[in-house]
Amino acid sequence: MTRPAEAHPVGLSIRDGTKVYPGTVALRDVNFDLRMGAVNVLVGENGAGKSTMMKVIAGVERLTSGRLILDGQEVEFRSTDDAARHGIGIVFQELNLFPNLSVAENIFISREKTRFGIDIDKAKQREMTRALMKRLEHDIDPDALVGDLKVGQQQIVEIAKSLAQDARILILDEPTSALSAAEVEILFRVIDDLRASGVGIVYISHRMEELIRVGDYITVLRDGVITGAQSMEGVDIPWIVRHMIGQASKDFAKEIEHDFGPEIFRAEHVTAPNRHGGFDVRDVSFSLRAGEILGIYGLMGAGRSELLECIIGERRDYRGEFFVEGARLTAQGVAGRIARGIALIPEDRKTDGLVQILSIRENMTLSSLSAFTRGVHMSLKREAETVRDFIRRMTVKVASPEHEVSSLSGGNQQKVVISKALMTNPKILLMDEPSRGIDIGAKAEVFRVMRKLAAEGLGIVFVTSDLEEVMSLSDRIIVMSNGRITGEFNRDEATETALVEASAKGHTPDISAEPVTEDAAR
Amino acid sequence: MTDSTVSMPGNQPGSGNALLLLLKARTFIALILVVLFFSIAAPNFLSTANLVIMSKHVALNAFLAIGMTFVIVSGGIDLSVGSIVGLCGMVAGWLLLHGINPGFGWSIQFNTFEICLIVIAVGVLVGALNAFLITKLNVAPFIATLGTLYIARGSAMLSSDGRTFPNLNGNPEYGSDTFRWIGAGDMLGIPVSIWMLVIVGLGAAYIARRTPLGRYIYAVGGNEKAAGLSGVRVTQIKYFVYMFSGFCAALVGIIIASQLVAAHPATGDTFELNAIAAAVLGGTSMSGGRGRIGGTIVGAFVIGVLSDGLVMMGVSAFWQTVIKGIVIVAAVVIDQAQQRVQARVALQAQAALGK
Repeated sequence: MTRPAEAHPVGLSIRDGTKVYPGTVALRDVNFDLRMGAVNVLVGENGAGKSTMMKVIAGVERLTSGRLILDGQEVEFRSTDDAARHGIGIVFQELNLFPNLSVAENIFISREKTRFGIDIDKAKQREMTRALMKRLEHDIDPDALVGDLKVGQQQIVEIAKSLAQDARILILDEPTSALSAAEVEILFRVIDDLRASGVGIVYISHRMEELIRVGDYITVLRDGVITGAQSMEGVDIPWIVRHMIGQASKDFAKEIEHDFGPEIFRAEHVTAPNRHGGFDVRDVSFSLRAGEILGIYGLMGAGRSELLECIIGERRDYRGEFFVEGARLTAQGVAGRIARGIALIPEDRKTDGLVQILSIRENMTLSSLSAFTRGVHMSLKREAETVRDFIRRMTVKVASPEHEVSSLSGGNQQKVVISKALMTNPKILLMDEPSRGIDIGAKAEVFRVMRKLAAEGLGIVFVTSDLEEVMSLSDRIIVMSNGRITGEFNRDEATETALVEASAKGHTPDISAEPVTEDAAR
Repeated sequence: MTDSTVSMPGNQPGSGNALLLLLKARTFIALILVVLFFSIAAPNFLSTANLVIMSKHVALNAFLAIGMTFVIVSGGIDLSVGSIVGLCGMVAGWLLLHGINPGFGWSIQFNTFEICLIVIAVGVLVGALNAFLITKLNVAPFIATLGTLYIARGSAMLSSDGRTFPNLNGNPEYGSDTFRWIGAGDMLGIPVSIWMLVIVGLGAAYIARRTPLGRYIYAVGGNEKAAGLSGVRVTQIKYFVYMFSGFCAALVGIIIASQLVAAHPATGDTFELNAIAAAVLGGTSMSGGRGRIGGTIVGAFVIGVLSDGLVMMGVSAFWQTVIKGIVIVAAVVIDQAQQRVQARVALQAQAALGK
């Protein structure tokens, strides 16, 4: 598949590109070459800077410093429209479609085919959409509402939208995350087709097998720096993992040696359906001891967050049982579960973790107001004292606890969410991607807090897609894929390759048989 | 809940703070300005008699606006309060005139206290229906309460075929002759309805500031999902706010029926709009999570004083409507400015801490 470099001229390159966001450097002096007529794969952990780099190329973000060179000329894209005029198309990981409009209307949005610039030529749009769908080997009605399509089909529409713009450079950010194995095959055929016609493709994915299969060139990013870039020749999974993780370890807290207590929590045969007739979580069982940190590793959509939602009681449509300290958990709803000693730190701080317009104090105590209440009367004095105490213990940097929580940085906001959970005196702490969107220093502090809490006898279940994080923080690791547990490892027996392999089970396009792995944890 | 209830060390004094204070007190400043203006422009404006009449007018809107504030803070809206006022007035009138007739040739009669309890139960029940539609059946608050607006109004019309229940003097035999006292009586020279407003207002402010229930109302309006994940029982909170709004509307229905000694089924038409206006004028955010009972009551007074004062000056009713509209829009524009200044002050203080 790999051809000599001369066959693939460099179409676009970034030179000394640096992108700084408030409080964090997303890209540091990167030099990236995008080759035409080839698939350039891009890999790295969450937050490594892949998406930022693609946003720069697609005109969503602009470089803080550095140059963007297209066909030998320095360019600057002011908007996605600007980039699109230069032949750059992007399919975002989060779909940008209008669910209330038809497939054809979505594909030609803001580029409608018109008669005399006024009347939309629906027949022509429909016809062109049909042609695109034929090319993508999908039988999607141009008049169907996008909202009625499955996620996989929506992704096809998104790809068709880029194709309709005759993009010379096409960026695909995790295009297969919602596709079935058969759909992935079709997508790969389309990619081959595009490659043959000279289109330069950037392909971002976490699925190593896919990358190795489809890629011609590979670029690995870590913490905003390119750690490896070469042609795909001789590249295998251990090579990728090595460059993704690197040798220098992040500043993780030293482990506090302590013994585990008795079993504090157990899940038995938990199964939760999804909206499309499948399952988010399939027959998951595990147990957790006091003082233990259990890491759940897996890709996005593996069912990890959904599992936590079942445990905290936000979802009620699951089957299966939970036990806290040996007693069956009968309480329905979040309030009841919190009362039984379970607390959740949600993945999305902004939408699920905090009430943005309330103050820091009000956010912190939201789950534990009863502790300050006699009858109906709430003691604001004791509330303020407790808040001050937690701000000190968690080293939250605040000017005043009365300010809106939205004035804090991401790391400090996360500490507020953790304080809120801890104020309920939980026995089991569920943390969904606790380090997402916070800088390295704040991460280290959050991890130190986790270690300390475990040493104090709390049972912690934490979900992450960061390999290094899960390896160094967990006492035990469970890997989930496609809603199932596909691997369980003790701290000393876990290897990066084994984790990555387990997390891809049920995803590899080549496997046609049902990839069942019933080594459920016990 | 924007101001601080506990003073914290480290509050940085800055250039924005004086401006912020001025913006926060804007409704109160507006009230003072309006009162000053009319005391000069309209003779007799500051006479005791006029003040008593005016505050009686204001109280009616203030009751509804207090209930409305909780609803809006929780992220909803209640369009049905005006109709609940009408319906509750008719229920009071019916009970005073006919009692309840179970169909055995005799009827059950009630005294004033019992009548009030039954009427309040009706108002609370309509509020519960609103909450049921919104939480269990997932109807948008605007639509759900628009529906109950029509249902309650239609029921009020049906109860008398659109006629007025006249002469609600009550009957000393049944102990219902004291009904008139609610609207006409006074204690220590202050009308009963004002005393009721003081009690309800203080109660509501207490709920808002010093009880978990109040905090939960703000949290639900600020971010329903996060509140739910924090263990707030969102459905219960919504039931409370709509039932409380129905309770406030029932009180207004009773007071009006008592003041007029009659109940007309069209009473309370468009009252909900005045209540929303008072809440917004007092700093309540229509997107939920922000607003205060005190602000709402001041807002109700601004609207009430403005319309009564303009009447005394002889300004045409058409102009009054235009002026009311301008005042409301201006209030929201200033509110936006306050939010910007407030965010800036908080960010500055945070930045002053250093990274």
